[in-house]
Amino acid sequence: MPEQTVARPDSRETVSLSLVGLVLLVLLPLLNVLPADDSWLHLSDFRLNQFGKFLAFGILALGLDLIWGYCGVLSMGQGVFFGLGAYCMGMYLALQIGAESVYGSELPDFMVWTQVKELPLFWYPFKSFVGGFLGAILVPVLFATLFGFLAFRSRIKGVYFAIITQALAFAAWLVFNRNETRLGGTNGLTDFKQLLGFRLSDPSTQRGLYIITVLALVAAYLFCRWIVASRAGNVLIAIRDSESRVTFSGYTPWKYKLFVFVVSAGLAGLAGMLYVPQVGIITPAQIGVLPSLEVVIWVAVGGRGTLIGAVLGAVAVNYGRSVLTNYFPEAWPFILGGLFVVVVTMFPDGLLGMIRKATARKETPAPAIKAEGGTVA
Amino acid sequence: MTDGDLILNCENVVMDYDGFKALNNCNFSVHYNELRVVIGPNGAGKTTLLDVICGKTRPTSGKILFGKGANLVGKNAEDITKLGVGRKFQAPSVYGNLSVWQNLDLSVKRPSKGVFPTLMGRSSAAERARIEETLETIGLSNHAHGRAGALSHGQKQWLEIGMVILQDPSLLLVDEPVAGMSDKETEQTGRLLTSLSEKQAIVVIEHDMDFVRQIAKIVTVLAEGTVICEGTVEAVQADDHVREIYLGRAKVAH
Repeated sequence: MPEQTVARPDSRETVSLSLVGLVLLVLLPLLNVLPADDSWLHLSDFRLNQFGKFLAFGILALGLDLIWGYCGVLSMGQGVFFGLGAYCMGMYLALQIGAESVYGSELPDFMVWTQVKELPLFWYPFKSFVGGFLGAILVPVLFATLFGFLAFRSRIKGVYFAIITQALAFAAWLVFNRNETRLGGTNGLTDFKQLLGFRLSDPSTQRGLYIITVLALVAAYLFCRWIVASRAGNVLIAIRDSESRVTFSGYTPWKYKLFVFVVSAGLAGLAGMLYVPQVGIITPAQIGVLPSLEVVIWVAVGGRGTLIGAVLGAVAVNYGRSVLTNYFPEAWPFILGGLFVVVVTMFPDGLLGMIRKATARKETPAPAIKAEGGTVA
Repeated sequence: MTDGDLILNCENVVMDYDGFKALNNCNFSVHYNELRVVIGPNGAGKTTLLDVICGKTRPTSGKILFGKGANLVGKNAEDITKLGVGRKFQAPSVYGNLSVWQNLDLSVKRPSKGVFPTLMGRSSAAERARIEETLETIGLSNHAHGRAGALSHGQKQWLEIGMVILQDPSLLLVDEPVAGMSDKETEQTGRLLTSLSEKQAIVVIEHDMDFVRQIAKIVTVLAEGTVICEGTVEAVQADDHVREIYLGRAKVAH
């Protein structure tokens, strides 16, 4: 009997995923709205908002899983694309503060205290929501296209690519930290008031943002799944398995890598765009080497090359952090590092691999026969 | 025969690795629909010869004319593949995490192998029929939806041959196809290659002399990067120079 080819969700898993999607989309917001505040069923505004942040991280993780889990290219610079998306949306939000700002100036606060008299030209597109929205996707995409073209075209591979992207993350962190770049320096952009006229402090606005995040995550997941299930998705796996063979099958590996790198950057930008209004602040600390590395840990913990595992890892690790930093704030980096080592050495398939194994054991081998009948192509 | 019948003509090809000439003014040509076997002692440059033809490595100098006169030197591997040169590597190289079917599907010759056509591409009924047919040919029909990584060594070799067949190459380069195969598998592989040579030219590198006798009409002997002898198996085995090279080496080795 043939075994399952690649870790792809079967129909049973699709059903459970749809259920999880419904819970996230409908049940959690309802639990936030309907039960009385003191009911044990009540989900606080804080928790719902926090969950929205985790799910935005899930989109970021999906992008990394696509390029790392499927194509075998480790990008340690995803935080840069996330940051670009977040800053584009943040700049729009900062310009929406207007006269409500601390200094009552139309300019963002940091420009007042760094004595910038006029809005720098590159801020102008972000006066409109469309500018902020498109910028949050297009800026990371264009930047990844340029960077990826140079890197992949020159056949930079494996650990060299990982190091270069890490250097990129460090460079981006330095750039965003500078006051001269007019991006808010170390303090970043914050104190946002409204988005398209909706008050960000209003729980219903946050609930709306949460729902939008869930929908974006579902769309991002379906998009990634479509790529992975296509023939091009097979080429990505083939590149991971044997890149030289791929060229002798007539494909040009670097173009596929560039494509998937750009897609992952777009997803990271989307994640950043959703993150900013929910968290209310974006600083260079969200961009550098460490946040980029954390994404790698989420994906490894959740299970590489599975898509859904990446989302699971992002949510689980971040939830773990929010709980554990309450009790052992100093120990968190060690816990995170330890988790990474344990997962990579002992559970290479991550959380999702464990779940799949656990659920498969209870079942008779019936689904495997079905896999034989269905066409894989 | 005249040059017009040649599908491949290597002229004075030199492959210089920092002073070590893996190929030294090598002249080698193959006719259409010919099955040619290349033999030679270790380090003679056999694999390097295939590498420079298929674009894996770029020769230091020389010309490699293919088909109606395209010079392959300087072209990259993807383009040479598209021109119709297929390569089967010595160590089986298949995509272990894809199914056997997917391995074959990726290899099918298509007008474009760019990212977007591949993203949108669906197999046509004709393509699926060809894949089925190839599965029959390589005896892997029962494994179509299993992981290629789970196949035995011999099955992987066949899968890779199947992948190359689906590329519709007019020239097939096969590097030691029967290494590690059982006698029965070896014989089947021989029959497969012989039947393929009715439609395409094939160059096979081989050590196993029984296998060479089974499939070869013309044998080329390579030593120290140049062709030293070419002819039928019997003629080559009777050649003094060839015996000297093989026996001389054998004496040193024992």
